[in-house]
Amino acid sequence: MYRYDALDKEFLADRVSEFRHQVTRRLAGEITEDQFKPLRLMNGLYLQLHAYMLRIAIPYGTLNPAQLRKLAEVARTYDKGYGHFTTRTNLQFHWIKLRDAPDILASLAEVDLHAIQTSGNCIRNTTADPYAGATAEELDDPRVWAEVIRQWSTLHPEFSFLPRKFKIAVTASVKDRTAARTHDIGLALRRGRDGALGFEVMVGGGLGRSPHIGSTIREHLPAGRLLSYLQAILRVYNRHGRRDNKFKARVKILVASLGAEEFGRQVEAEWAQIDPASADLPDTELARIRGFFAPAGFEVLPAVSAKLEAAKAADPALARFLRNNVHPHKASGYAIVDIALKTPGETPGDATAEQMETVADLAERYSQGEARVTHEQNLVLPHVRLDDLPAVHEALKAVGLASANANLISDIIACPGLDYCALANARAIPIAQHIAQRFADQDVAEDIGELKIKISGCINACGHHHVGHIGILGVDKKGEEFYQLTLGGSGAEDAEVGKILGPAIHASRVTDAIDDLVAVYLRERQPGERFLDTYRRTGIAPFKEAVYAEVH
Amino acid sequence: MPKYIRLAAEGAAWADDRFTAVPDEESLPPGDVIVSLKRFLAEGDALQAEGREVGVRIAASEEIEDLAYDLPRLPVVTVVCPKFSDGRAYTTASLLRERYGYKGEVRAVGDVLREQAGFMVRCGFDAFEPADGSTPEQWTQATRRFRHVYQRAADHRPPAFEERQAQDKAAEAAEVKSHAV
Repeated sequence: MYRYDALDKEFLADRVSEFRHQVTRRLAGEITEDQFKPLRLMNGLYLQLHAYMLRIAIPYGTLNPAQLRKLAEVARTYDKGYGHFTTRTNLQFHWIKLRDAPDILASLAEVDLHAIQTSGNCIRNTTADPYAGATAEELDDPRVWAEVIRQWSTLHPEFSFLPRKFKIAVTASVKDRTAARTHDIGLALRRGRDGALGFEVMVGGGLGRSPHIGSTIREHLPAGRLLSYLQAILRVYNRHGRRDNKFKARVKILVASLGAEEFGRQVEAEWAQIDPASADLPDTELARIRGFFAPAGFEVLPAVSAKLEAAKAADPALARFLRNNVHPHKASGYAIVDIALKTPGETPGDATAEQMETVADLAERYSQGEARVTHEQNLVLPHVRLDDLPAVHEALKAVGLASANANLISDIIACPGLDYCALANARAIPIAQHIAQRFADQDVAEDIGELKIKISGCINACGHHHVGHIGILGVDKKGEEFYQLTLGGSGAEDAEVGKILGPAIHASRVTDAIDDLVAVYLRERQPGERFLDTYRRTGIAPFKEAVYAEVH
Repeated sequence: MPKYIRLAAEGAAWADDRFTAVPDEESLPPGDVIVSLKRFLAEGDALQAEGREVGVRIAASEEIEDLAYDLPRLPVVTVVCPKFSDGRAYTTASLLRERYGYKGEVRAVGDVLREQAGFMVRCGFDAFEPADGSTPEQWTQATRRFRHVYQRAADHRPPAFEERQAQDKAAEAAEVKSHAV
């Protein structure tokens, strides 16, 4: 993975001392909260319902053991012993004191972590395929490009006061694990007819109050021209994006109002005027960055591990874990392991300090020193030898991280909701917990198969409910928590915004309604169909009827 | 004479403002003036013919392209930031410097705060009328806060990747030298 050199480290040190200076001025009363707010937001520090929340950037979701251990240390020293992994692959601490924030950032800087651009109307943390460097599906390592974007976008002088926040995702596989089409810019690496590497550039996706699926404005951008093209897109957006209404300020609104074709034309016109020599990264720097992501040294191993097969035969729990959480690796004899932070009854995305340390140890010992965070709020060990899987499973079990429910009904995305967030209308976490408990029987969950439930506590859609196979949106009705259900959404390569099922239902009825929806699927499904496939074939009617039957 | 902050190689300092910024609804005083883009397009030639120096004020919503042809004869362009969070001024300044090679003064007016100093200087602003009562010393300090930058911009500071290349070359040269000895 990318290693910070002296320049990167000095940059972070300067950032920490700048923020320490600003906090000192605030604590001394030299600046007001109003003046301080934009400064703290540029450092990921939000004022929430109960305390300050600090959001730490995890560039393209990649962590090394030292970083995970440092996060665990911060959780113990300054928070309540845990942290929350987000859908942006970041980590949030929800119980922070303002006076501690500079020390926390200084401590994180020791392991090259920071909170730069985790809030504010700037280019946010760039995400990439969590299986990068491990999956056989990819054309190139998307982290190379995510790192290029990280450096380019860091304190970008022209694009730090955009109309609204701006999110970029990079994928290099046909199967999209980044939800690229729900990003302001989604980049998918493709080979052109001549074999040259390029990007399909998708613009104007986004969730929030008005969900949009991104439109392709360029089928094949030569890879080396990425930064100048991004500059052109950002420039068109910075000049013409709406600034009069923050709910209409995302680039998706500009793209929708101009039409993708006209937006693309303006981008191309701007791009034609940018000098490639000054805007694109020199090949030497690209090669330097690429060098950090050179394929790890994999041993030549047999495709089947006798040791694993024996353990699997003896332990049904391991067999189940392998079925649901372990995926093929590009190197023979290796596997990719999903660690679901979705133990039924727990808060989705939460990890305790002890769990972080266990994952750090496992990454160090069994996964070439790497762990990943996914936008579905799970962790990944990308490079595990088949022989080592039983040991990894045992170690995860010991800290409550062996839930074999990746991609199943209890692998639910939920925002922090009204339990933490000042914007929320309703709670998200208890709803997730209740559903996960209802479907805790793993045989039932496996029979249901892939089913992505996503829950947001308000229309800002941090829980990505629009792209859940089943989406759940919290709304406030005269002080009571109600939930609106949507069906048929997807954030993957077949991206689609879900359709509203019907009137919002009371909190007490949500889990029963999910039960009804699942029952319709089990009744209607044809062989090989996932929930989403059945819904797409039958349409919404039978599902609607089941949930609202008793009302009629 | 009113003062504003002017950036120079040795740092920021107060400078006398010989220009009078004239709102559209007011009639023109004698001497050097800064007028709106609209007024400049209507009256600019006549004003310059009177022998005065004329600068132009660009609103956030106006396009610098409309002024491109006239830039060589303008001593100053002021760019209005209606709110500190409105980032259009940064693109305007970047285009002035990088696309049009404008050599005159680019002055930030409006909701201009010292916290923006680093970004503004990088985009090519070299003059400021701060709204927060900040001093040239504070602006100098703010622009020197970061030892490194990550991208090329109008200020021509070498970005991190160029610094790295320079370091590598220096290391190579040192090695060649040590072998020669």
